[in-house]
Amino acid sequence: MSDAITSTDAGFPAKNYLIEKITVSSWLLTLDHKRIAILYLVSLLAFFLIGGLAALIFRIDLMTPGPEGKLLASETYNKFFTTHGIVMIFFFLIPSIPAVLGNFLVPIMVGAKDFAFPKINLASWYVFMAGGVLALVATIAGGVETGWTFYTPYSTMYANSNVILAVCGAFIAGFSSIMTALNFIVTIHKMRAPGLTWFRLPLFIWAMYATALVILLGTPVIAITLVMIFVERVFGFGIFDPALGGDPVLFQHLFWFYSHPAVYIMILPAMGVVSEVISCFSRRRLYGYKVIAFSSLAIAVIGFFVWGHHMFVSSQSTFAGLTFSFLTFFVAVPTALKMLNWIMTLYKGSVRLTSPMLYAFGFLGLFVIGGLTGLFLSTLATDIHLHDTYFVVAHFHYVMVGGGVMGFLGGIHFWWSKMTGKKYPEGLAVFTAIVIFIGFNLTFFPQFQLGAHGMPRRYHVYPEEFQMLHISSTTGAMVLGLGYLIMAVYLIWSLVKGKPAGKNPWEARGLEWETDSPPPTHNFHDIPVVRHPVYAYEYESETSMEPEKT
Amino acid sequence: MNLLFKLLPEQATEYARQVDELYLFILAVSVFFTALFVFLMVYFTVKYRHKAGSTEKVEPPHEHYTPEMIGGGLLLALLMVMFFWGAKLYFKAQRPPADAMEILVTGKQWMWKIQHPSGKKEINTLHLPVGRAIKLNMTSEDVIHNFFIPAFRVKNDTVPGRYTQLWFKPDKIGTYHLFCTEYCGTEHSRMGGYVKVMSEEEYENWTSGGAGADETPVEAGARHFAELGCIACHGAISGALGPNLAGVYGKEVNFSDGSSLVRDDDYIRESILNPQAKLVAGYAPIMPTFQGQVSEEQLGHLIAYIKSLE
Repeated sequence: MSDAITSTDAGFPAKNYLIEKITVSSWLLTLDHKRIAILYLVSLLAFFLIGGLAALIFRIDLMTPGPEGKLLASETYNKFFTTHGIVMIFFFLIPSIPAVLGNFLVPIMVGAKDFAFPKINLASWYVFMAGGVLALVATIAGGVETGWTFYTPYSTMYANSNVILAVCGAFIAGFSSIMTALNFIVTIHKMRAPGLTWFRLPLFIWAMYATALVILLGTPVIAITLVMIFVERVFGFGIFDPALGGDPVLFQHLFWFYSHPAVYIMILPAMGVVSEVISCFSRRRLYGYKVIAFSSLAIAVIGFFVWGHHMFVSSQSTFAGLTFSFLTFFVAVPTALKMLNWIMTLYKGSVRLTSPMLYAFGFLGLFVIGGLTGLFLSTLATDIHLHDTYFVVAHFHYVMVGGGVMGFLGGIHFWWSKMTGKKYPEGLAVFTAIVIFIGFNLTFFPQFQLGAHGMPRRYHVYPEEFQMLHISSTTGAMVLGLGYLIMAVYLIWSLVKGKPAGKNPWEARGLEWETDSPPPTHNFHDIPVVRHPVYAYEYESETSMEPEKT
Repeated sequence: MNLLFKLLPEQATEYARQVDELYLFILAVSVFFTALFVFLMVYFTVKYRHKAGSTEKVEPPHEHYTPEMIGGGLLLALLMVMFFWGAKLYFKAQRPPADAMEILVTGKQWMWKIQHPSGKKEINTLHLPVGRAIKLNMTSEDVIHNFFIPAFRVKNDTVPGRYTQLWFKPDKIGTYHLFCTEYCGTEHSRMGGYVKVMSEEEYENWTSGGAGADETPVEAGARHFAELGCIACHGAISGALGPNLAGVYGKEVNFSDGSSLVRDDDYIRESILNPQAKLVAGYAPIMPTFQGQVSEEQLGHLIAYIKSLE
């Protein structure tokens, strides 16, 4: 064995990407994918904070049914939930895992020095920030109150707020997604290390690949749709407003053609993270590697044919309703197979309950609820009752927060030591994961009950009988906020005081664990050659660079 | 507090009870799979947990794709039960019985304007007789709204520029929530009120009572039909410039471009506002548009009148 096996080596590399150069311009003009990932991480956390605080404020407001004794005026309330939606969807969830973990890990996991197009990668961050700043200006300078869905003709002809600015923000941010996706696809195709065949790729890479496909195919459609809002609102071209000869439902088709696949942009990367984490902490190759890999692609493809399930009561035809309901059930199958394979990986494994593993379990537990409650909404008759109620709100938070955010946090914990070279306090992290899990359920589980009883979403004033459940939900939101706060404290603390992590603190397999923590600017000292299957936990050696054993 | 212990709100139609059966079926399936999944997760985690100091090597999994594919197939079969069950009820909700009493509903920011067949109007409250099939013919004056009655388990968007329907047959006297569930602006959450289901007798008293005898939608439609001059071309006169409208509703019509359509509410509405869009075969494109001259409510009345012509 070479001295590359350094799982117990606690040294902090003297030269690494973080301290190679420490001027401001070396960060702002960097072409290093790892530094760009850090730029994204810091900006996304800022957006997450803004989106989270908006939610906390309107949740506090919702503790009283009103109309008397409210914290916010109805108009302000509408602006808060719109801000929460726009910021969280376009400026946190969609970019979260791809732009941070994907940017950091894709080149390393494929054994490359960087992406195929490092300058496009840097440009994507600037484009993203330009879009984000526009959206924030829209929010601060008067606000937007259309909801993140921008339904017409409300958004084009009736809303008296900064719709145009917010639409421009989302439009511009879309291009950063496209640039990132382009880099992922080209890099995964062309820059894999010698010996790294498609079926030796970690499933995180497969997930990133599927996500990139969805982004490339879907984002142009939302871009065009947002342009249509712009021209109708600014120039009065009749596209969606029936008073101008337009069709308001056309907007919904265009919007959901992107925004339904966008759910998979948020969830597929989280599934990729969970695959890595479960494999590592079961010390075992994932069960059904190919099933998981191809189900990611299947979800990406089927996801483009189900948008009409958002529109069962939109006046779309009975036939369209039937077709979309039917197709929607097909998404459930690859998703269920993934869940089964993750569970089967634990079977006869060697399971370790570390903090990343708790987040992965959190993902599984919450996503199973998020997925199954989706059945109520894909079934026509039950959806008609539940559509646009809190049931839907709870469902998509279980998927996008219970799935997407849990995956993101699990990934951040799993690769934190790789990104920063430092260890965070594991005990506190385990505690926080539990706090977040409890807070999340306390917030969103009661919302299923609210929705089943008919409480509509986006309601500022509501009947008194719903108050108890709203109070529970708000309490949960505070617990959740507390969890995030503790996490922020210990992660920042670890940057300063954390112990050096060493190359491979989790004793994981994969190319990223064979280089220093934090890695050198060009990722590897020598170009790695891959000689083992992926997740080679059964091999004595901890490095895939070892010559193959016969 | 009873929200914590009751799964679903009050049921005031037979359809609501049928939807709830389906809801409970999906709930049972969901609870079963959640429990199974969590049980396996916990059981495997405990049984195969890493023991400190253990150096036992883990074997890589032996994968069996056939059971996975069979499992996926069985799952799909179970899901198809949900699909067909849901679709069957959906068909029912989409097809009002022929004898349903028609009530006109117009949504606008932020109120529901309702007119009964007797001509009686009300806002944000819907009075209904128990035991009769009711069909709402709905539209919107401005943005998209949604008419939602949780106790009936039905809702539908009201879309500007077109008509949508909702039907139900309340079988339980009581007062139920009426909500707007499509976000429509500042006072969205105040756009609603109550549905009051009363006995047939009470409903008759209510609908015929109040200030003077209201003009019924059909009567109002007949008045507009004369006042707007429609009658000059669309009356029962031979050699008229436009098609005679008696008895045409719900029948197929051929257009000059060779296409055809069943005359429905949306078609009549379009023909009033944009007459050249679909020209009936054999007639010249001479009808002027009435865009801007008739309100949503007047359109509703005209359609009700044309439907009533025999």
